[in-house]
Amino acid sequence: MNLDWEPAQQRFRAQAREWLAANVPAQPLPSGDTREGFAAHLEWERTLHAAGWSVVSWPVEYGGRDASLWEWLIFEEEYYRAGAPQRVTQNGIFLLAPTLFEFGTQTQRDTLLPRMAAAEDLWCQGWSEPGAGSDLAGITSRATRCEGGWRLSGQKTWTTRGAFCTHLFGLFRTDPDAARHRGLTYFLVPLNADGVQVRGFGRLDGDEGFADVFLDDVFVADDAVLGEVNQGWRVAMATTGSERGLTLRSPGRFLHTAQRLVDLARSSPSYTHRQRDAVVRGWLGAQAYQWFTLAQVTDIVEGRPPGARSSLNKLYWSGLDIELQRAALDLLGPAAALDDSWSRGFLFALAGPIYAGTNEIQRNIVAERLLGLPRVSVCVSR
Amino acid sequence: MRFALTEEQTALRDATRELLAHRCPPDLVRAAWPGGDTDRVTGLWRELDELGLVGALAAGTVDDVGMAALLTEVGYAAVPLPVAASAFLAATLVDPLPGPVALVDDRAGGLTHFAAVASAFLVLDGSRVRLVDAGDAELVAVSTVDGSLRAARVRVPAGAGLELPGVDPALLRDRADLAAAAELVGLGRRMLDLTVGYVSQRRQFGVPVGGFQAVAHPLADALLRLEFAAPAVLAAACSLSGRDVSAAAVLAKEAAEEVARAALQSHGAIGYTVEYDLHLYAKRAWALASTVDTDAHLGRLAAALDLTHPAGGPR
Repeated sequence: MNLDWEPAQQRFRAQAREWLAANVPAQPLPSGDTREGFAAHLEWERTLHAAGWSVVSWPVEYGGRDASLWEWLIFEEEYYRAGAPQRVTQNGIFLLAPTLFEFGTQTQRDTLLPRMAAAEDLWCQGWSEPGAGSDLAGITSRATRCEGGWRLSGQKTWTTRGAFCTHLFGLFRTDPDAARHRGLTYFLVPLNADGVQVRGFGRLDGDEGFADVFLDDVFVADDAVLGEVNQGWRVAMATTGSERGLTLRSPGRFLHTAQRLVDLARSSPSYTHRQRDAVVRGWLGAQAYQWFTLAQVTDIVEGRPPGARSSLNKLYWSGLDIELQRAALDLLGPAAALDDSWSRGFLFALAGPIYAGTNEIQRNIVAERLLGLPRVSVCVSR
Repeated sequence: MRFALTEEQTALRDATRELLAHRCPPDLVRAAWPGGDTDRVTGLWRELDELGLVGALAAGTVDDVGMAALLTEVGYAAVPLPVAASAFLAATLVDPLPGPVALVDDRAGGLTHFAAVASAFLVLDGSRVRLVDAGDAELVAVSTVDGSLRAARVRVPAGAGLELPGVDPALLRDRADLAAAAELVGLGRRMLDLTVGYVSQRRQFGVPVGGFQAVAHPLADALLRLEFAAPAVLAAACSLSGRDVSAAAVLAKEAAEEVARAALQSHGAIGYTVEYDLHLYAKRAWALASTVDTDAHLGRLAAALDLTHPAGGPR
């Protein structure tokens, strides 16, 4: 065990901190899940990119700085510590990009990644459908072969920031006769194509952060396929670890929320023992996630991939976030009814156990693949 | 930055686990209960001593992190001996040890685990730290829920024993709580392993009950608690800061308690018997958990976060 950062890592931290201190907008931006707010966030994304901070862990040739996983973790800590804006590009950067690096052709990587890093292409995830949420393999949107490509039809829904994005990555059924998981293909779809209609709608907080994406006989060329035809499930699942685990929600986010919570308590005119304990436990939970992550990153850099353990991350941070936000609302008392950062944080935290695979599905995965219990349901883990 | 055991520590931990699987199976834990063959338990102490487990820290074979990993295995096997008090506390102060050393901590009002097998007592009394020969102390045997605790109320005359000057009892109390946390993680793992084994073969409605989400999900949550307590124990062993020890103690205690609850419930009636082994580990976990003062640790964390002025004053 050695819990000290190397000098080079400390320099990286100092550099990130200095840049963020000089560049993070002094006033918080309006919500990135509204039309005006999204535009303001895009400006921020482009500022980040111009300075080389938008995709620190990517290779330099695609706009990154080849940061190690440790440095990425440090950057995240500093990013949240600085109170920097939410990353409206995250679903492309953290969910699609790992898949492109693993399964994309050279041409796909060369054309798509730089534009993603620069927030020129804005990607949303097209997995869920009205009839396929936790039962993702039950999707019915389909793609049929045609001259030079494919024709896509169907409906995707609960698509985060779909109304503001330019592109969608999603799963479509290409072999209706194959078993559920086998007949799917991973497609990359421009949302300005003929036959695409997007309808934004309000999430629990009222922001237009969700969308339906309707596809009616939409043509895409052959190079819109990511990975192999009918291998979409495997391609999608290979990187779900990114979504559930570390890269979606690093400890820096919760360490910062915990610090804000502690500050809120300190600045409250009074707090009870019960409230104090809730704050302490929130801080403790964030610290535990930090330690868990340091161990996990050590494992990853030493060649022990987390596999199904990323479901532990997801179960943990989603519970922790709610705990932190509730402790804050409890301190606020009647002011918790106001529409402000804590009440919004609370509403958003409630989504945590639902998105990126519901916690019920994560518990199935933990039970089967980490504990080795008998299969709990018909189709949980590929 | 490297948050993991060294290869050597991992090998030693695995070897210890294997050894304890053979030398400290459930029937040896039962041998420590009233009416059991206590010679077997004494024999286990000699073995652990000869293998160097007891003196590993003093000998420099392991550091505190390595020892915390070994104590997790001691917990996994519910070793009915004062290994933690001897190997993680006394061995850092006295060399060689006079034999098994049990901890008499004034926080517990003299209630001392494994008092009946101790050759000597490490006595924490206010700001004093003493090593007291067992013959110089007065033992009043008590009956405990975990019958393998061999516990007694120990009273030590004011002038008895060898005063260890310059030793900070607060540090020893932290080491005791950290050791308890390490053992609790091990006990939690043992209870969870037993439970997974049981619900995988126990059939009802024609299928193994572990396939029901109502059974599987609490066990998934139990694993989650353990997996987030275990790194905290290692971090605390690495820093030995009061803040980290408090964090580890609270996380490990509550994890073990949750696992015990889920384990008992998942077993159904078989777990609610003394014939089945689960109770050996659950009762040890409850006994160890009772030594960890959650309020004191939360209070210390609150102080570290400068949250020192709750309404109504300190509790």
